[in-house]
Amino acid sequence: MDFAFENLTRFFALVVFSLLAAILVTLVYGSQLTLDRWGMGFIWESDWDPVKEKFGALVPIYGTLMTSLIAMLIAVPVSFGIALFLTELSPAWLKRPLGTAIELLAAIPSIIYGMWGLFVFAPIFQTYLQPALINTFGGVPGLGALFKGPPLGIGMLTAGLILSIMVIPFIAAVMRDVFELVPPLLKESAYGLGATTWEVVWRVVLPYTKVGVVGGMMLGLGRALGETMAVTFVIGNAHRLSASLMAPGNSIASALANEFTEAVGDVYFSSLIELGLILFLITTVVLALSKLLLMQLARQEGTRT
Amino acid sequence: MNAIYRARKRTNLILLTISGLAVLFGLFWLAWILGTLFYEGGHALARATLYYQMTPPPGADGGLANAIVGSALLITMGTLLGTPIGILAGTYLAEFGKRNWLASATRFLNDVLLAAPSIVIGLFVYSIYVAQVRHFSGFAGALALALIVIPVVVRTTDDMLKLVPNSLREATAALGCPAWKMIVFVTYRAARTGIVTGVLLAIARSSGETAPLLFTALNNQFWSVNLNAPMSNLPTVIFQFAMSPYQDWHRLAWGGAALITVAVLTLNIVARSLFRRTD
Repeated sequence: MDFAFENLTRFFALVVFSLLAAILVTLVYGSQLTLDRWGMGFIWESDWDPVKEKFGALVPIYGTLMTSLIAMLIAVPVSFGIALFLTELSPAWLKRPLGTAIELLAAIPSIIYGMWGLFVFAPIFQTYLQPALINTFGGVPGLGALFKGPPLGIGMLTAGLILSIMVIPFIAAVMRDVFELVPPLLKESAYGLGATTWEVVWRVVLPYTKVGVVGGMMLGLGRALGETMAVTFVIGNAHRLSASLMAPGNSIASALANEFTEAVGDVYFSSLIELGLILFLITTVVLALSKLLLMQLARQEGTRT
Repeated sequence: MNAIYRARKRTNLILLTISGLAVLFGLFWLAWILGTLFYEGGHALARATLYYQMTPPPGADGGLANAIVGSALLITMGTLLGTPIGILAGTYLAEFGKRNWLASATRFLNDVLLAAPSIVIGLFVYSIYVAQVRHFSGFAGALALALIVIPVVVRTTDDMLKLVPNSLREATAALGCPAWKMIVFVTYRAARTGIVTGVLLAIARSSGETAPLLFTALNNQFWSVNLNAPMSNLPTVIFQFAMSPYQDWHRLAWGGAALITVAVLTLNIVARSLFRRTD
């Protein structure tokens, strides 16, 4: 009985263990056709023409990376602020409700973000913010190219902004947790020397936890890269490469969500599965890196006491 | 000296204000999203037809009954499928594996799986199941949701079992109790609320998932509880209706969105308060 129970649990642990590998193998197998036909060229090619059966992943890859980059640029400082407030400034009675509220932001399903973005945020963004951005930055050389074009409401910038709201809770939660790992002794010593709260955070807390902070950022990045529904609603789904952030684009996940059930022909199918494979590889690497960094912090924690 | 001191105080004040503003920034979006959701969805939720009529063709009156039932079925199936696997795997990690390579590797891969894009899970189930049997079905949807549930349950089970004090295990072993009995009757009981919390969170997470269902359960305009056929579900209906140009479909989509959000947030809050009571 003992033997059976232990092996039963071991069997299911093995199932979980092999899941990722199974996903990888399945995706590679499914994209065999395009892998053979174009090899690495698939990544650099920007054509996406189901009629001529010519496919390249450059546009969705660019869209995925660009929207995630925008999201990170906004989410990282904000999450840092939130984590700082929750660990250092907030009165004790406020900590719990505030923390819960921020975590609820993570619990809202992504399709809700997408719908809200399309119906509520995009129109407001289009009428008020986008024209202002275009007028202010459109004329600046270099930077101007990013803000050219008509204010459509939807597009890469909108997708990036909504993604940033979605990943804030993830990054903030990790940052708050690692900030709380800092031994009070260290912080108290700094305060005792007359440091201000900001100096304590910037010079003591942050250096002590930087591995964990980067790990948290990676976790958020992994989330942003793979996010599907929220992006699909607002990115515009255009297979065009455009320098402007105002222009509609496409991301890997939204291309899959939109086209997969309508794809006809083996090559089309195989290309979409290869897109999925690329997304899977990118996110897995980012998430694995994040996990390794966080584990490293945990290990230090064990030895330093 | 005084100038430096003032400058430091000023920087401190400015940056701490910004940090407070960051919190307001987060709360602002939460309030805005929930506000619109209940404003727009409130009307739809108040109409009784939402709960007993089928999803309509554009222009006709209808409800979301088939989608609600479909979602409930898929989530139930997914949870029933995923929870035992998750709990048993988590048990291995916490009780038997401890520090061997299989346990640490599984823990690592499980954490990656936890945050892996759900759309890839949809692709995976599509390739191994839907493409083989050549039709979309509720089973495939349930399988996809089970794959979302598993990592969450593995993670919480592992964490919660590790919190059970070793003295309990030693006491049981000293009474001559076999390991399986100790786990089932002592450590599971000690970690029960924690594990239930994990399952609730997993249900919450899987009920909002859309991407994996697009390729597996697909959608069904009619009443169907046949798990071997395409099955209607709230997230896909919301997606389809919201992307359409029809006003009354939009209204229904808002209703569905409000319904899902209420369910997910309630589950989250219940799970949280359950867990807090045990601390």
